Amino acid sequence: MPEKMGMRTSILNKLPYSEPFLFVDELIAVDENGAEGRFTFLKASDFYKGHFRNNPVTPGVLLTECCAQIGLVCLGIYLLGDNGKGEVAQPQIGLSSSEMEFLLPVFPGETVTVRSEKLYFRFNKLKCKVKMYNSDHKMVCRGTIAGMIKANSNV
Amino acid sequence: MGKDERYQKLRDIIKIYLPEDVSIEQISEESHFTEELNINSAHLVDIVLDVEDAFDITLENDDMDQMQTVKDALRIIDLKINK
Repeated sequence: MPEKMGMRTSILNKLPYSEPFLFVDELIAVDENGAEGRFTFLKASDFYKGHFRNNPVTPGVLLTECCAQIGLVCLGIYLLGDNGKGEVAQPQIGLSSSEMEFLLPVFPGETVTVRSEKLYFRFNKLKCKVKMYNSDHKMVCRGTIAGMIKANSNV
Repeated sequence: MGKDERYQKLRDIIKIYLPEDVSIEQISEESHFTEELNINSAHLVDIVLDVEDAFDITLENDDMDQMQTVKDALRIIDLKINK
């Protein structure tokens, strides 16, 4: 399947998230082997009030979520392919495991880039290596994330 | 590789993915992977991938759909090995 602008937009449209839990702004590239996307953590996000008190830092769990949404779910939707009606399928997803290492803090307002590399996609289980970089191209976190993903036939 | 040896090899793979509240002794040929051994669908895939490596076979989606019990897995392994 050749990559087209329309493909990336339709993948974004099928993401089953919305504010305040959507952590994908842009899908830069996607193919059989991986995905790359970008997200900016808005300064005004509510969680900065409490993480940490008077010292806002993006929670690691949200960096993991951002890696999963871009690296695993966007790629997974691409891999599910056509839904038979000429469009990408509506996915049904579940995270099954994540093992992450956090190297640098991400502060409010920072833009991060996530790159994933497919380890395997078999029997609806997608397992990827993921890496997140900040705007200085420094690695922020990396790890391995896996989830179950299948086309939702009820939609 | 005899039947007992195949069963033992399969048990060794399954035990890696058992949840903490299920013991190895609870694995029998009749055990249902998800309903009795409490193995989730993601770990069932892990078992299949390990089985492929251990027995040097390749399973298809149909095989996966049929693999409900330990006995089903053994039957599929036997079938693939003898192909």
